[in-house]
Amino acid sequence: MVTKEDFKLEAFLQITFSGLVMGSIYALAAIGLVLIYNTTEVVNFAQGEMAMITTFVSFTFLSVLEFPFYIAFILAIAFATLFGMTIYQGIMRQVQKAPPLNQLVVTLGLFLAFNGIAGLIWGYTPKGYPNAIKGDSFQVGSISMTPHQIFVLIVTFSLMALLFIVFHYSKIGLAMRATQQDAETASLMGVRVSRVFNWTWATGTILGGVAGMLTAPITYVEPSMMLDVLIMGFASAIFGGFVNVAGSVMGGIIVGVYSNWISYYLGSELNVAFVFLLIVVVLYIRPTGLFGTKYVKKV
Amino acid sequence: MFIFVLILLIFLGVFPIIVAMSNYWLTLLVMMAIYAITATSLNIMIGYGGLISIGHGGFLMIGTYTVAILSDRYEFPFLLVFILSGVVTGIIGIIIALSAAKLSGHFLAVVTLGFGISVPVIALNWNSLTNGYSGLLISRPDFFSSKLGLYYFVIVCLVLILWLIHNIVNSGIGRAFISIRESEVAAKSSGINTTFYKVMMFVISAFFTGLAGGLYGYWIGFAGPTDFPITTSFLLLAMIVVGGMHSFYGPIVGATLLAVIPHFTDEYAGITNVVIGFTLVIVILFRPNGLVTVVEWLKRKKASTEVSVEKEV
Repeated sequence: MVTKEDFKLEAFLQITFSGLVMGSIYALAAIGLVLIYNTTEVVNFAQGEMAMITTFVSFTFLSVLEFPFYIAFILAIAFATLFGMTIYQGIMRQVQKAPPLNQLVVTLGLFLAFNGIAGLIWGYTPKGYPNAIKGDSFQVGSISMTPHQIFVLIVTFSLMALLFIVFHYSKIGLAMRATQQDAETASLMGVRVSRVFNWTWATGTILGGVAGMLTAPITYVEPSMMLDVLIMGFASAIFGGFVNVAGSVMGGIIVGVYSNWISYYLGSELNVAFVFLLIVVVLYIRPTGLFGTKYVKKV
Repeated sequence: MFIFVLILLIFLGVFPIIVAMSNYWLTLLVMMAIYAITATSLNIMIGYGGLISIGHGGFLMIGTYTVAILSDRYEFPFLLVFILSGVVTGIIGIIIALSAAKLSGHFLAVVTLGFGISVPVIALNWNSLTNGYSGLLISRPDFFSSKLGLYYFVIVCLVLILWLIHNIVNSGIGRAFISIRESEVAAKSSGINTTFYKVMMFVISAFFTGLAGGLYGYWIGFAGPTDFPITTSFLLLAMIVVGGMHSFYGPIVGATLLAVIPHFTDEYAGITNVVIGFTLVIVILFRPNGLVTVVEWLKRKKASTEVSVEKEV
């Protein structure tokens, strides 16, 4: 606990900044979840474990094959693209019309299976993951920043900008938005819905994978490394109302900063519990999230 | 059906003799019973009421800790402690339900997920109450000092609780739950107080889950913060769907299956998760309404061959 005299502005700013960095990682995970949910109506519980697999693949490129970081990064993204499409074509496509709970249990099954597979291949001992950019931390005002934190912010915000551009100015983005509105009508208008679903799963997996590769230097690489990020990603998505990219980004930043405050001022073990306490309060006031649209269910 | 249940009861009765009182096998069966109770009570919410909870591991844990705290610190009599493990969990259920009654779909799922994650965290950090990481020992009452007596107590509880739940879901209350699942608006307009019944679902479900947690505590003799991680809650959900959530017996089938799998795969840490994971995927892909539909499928197959034989004649 912190008394009034202990409260220091410098520390507060420092905590807020590192919260912002974590929050942008949560935002990436949340966007992946929301994107897949909006287009295919599947809540993908396997997202975190798929991201963990992608991170392990990049780790293998880096440490076993000793590729430079950016090549490993690009190869891992290529892997994530194929991985996401394979999961959709091989498994999720078969349950596309199934009840939501069945879809949810399939993704839970994948969650467990990937966790086990990663444990069998790479083992359960945590491994260190190299920073993308090496170098000492530096001061900006009273805040000390590491190059990795800057890298995280640059990568996440350029990805978000890229997504925005693809969404609003490209043909596949238009097809995605049309499918989100109404998949059946879109397919009647000549949108190849199954191709859109394919790319949505690929994009979701890439976003998760990037979140994983950005988390890995902060934590370690191990089969359960993404569980916390997945949970915080869900929390962020719920804050954002599970509707769009902008909401997820805001949700991610709120969750990241808030949970860092809790960690610092109350104890790091409690942050998950307090994040969900905040969610319960927010949802009690606004049942569809902070930035969610109110919807009326027709009989 | 009656004969089948009777055979099952006789089997459960003589099971300790078959396995020669082996502690390992008795524990396996007790875990099946505990999961069967929990999955069936979770199915009141999911299968009958259409409300998703991904946090029932949290209720199990509260039941276990209630037994540990009340029996050790306050030395309450055994049966009172056991009932209280359900009552305390039910009260927590009311609190969760009141904050979640407005929600549905994935918003509710995430709130219950948060609950399931938070309970172990709280158990780990509330040192004065739960003794933190080291957990609490649970002493068994004198007349259950042998594992055999406790085993039969668990079986009696299993039968009693399943019978109670069966009666609840087949009563007017159960029909109100189903009407909420089918259409909340229609239920409301036919004069059903949906908020009241939703809270009731939570409470009934939490009460029986708490009892199951209490049984677990007595059997293991220990309550610790790592007993029911969030994956337990995931597995409970999976038991229902894999067994078949539109049938009363589905969750029991699912609980039995998922409790048995680790027995065959325990040698490597990763294999259990892989096998359970792929079992879930395969069952959903090929029997989307759960394993209980295998029975109907076999019946239909038999019937259709009979019909075709008749046609040939």
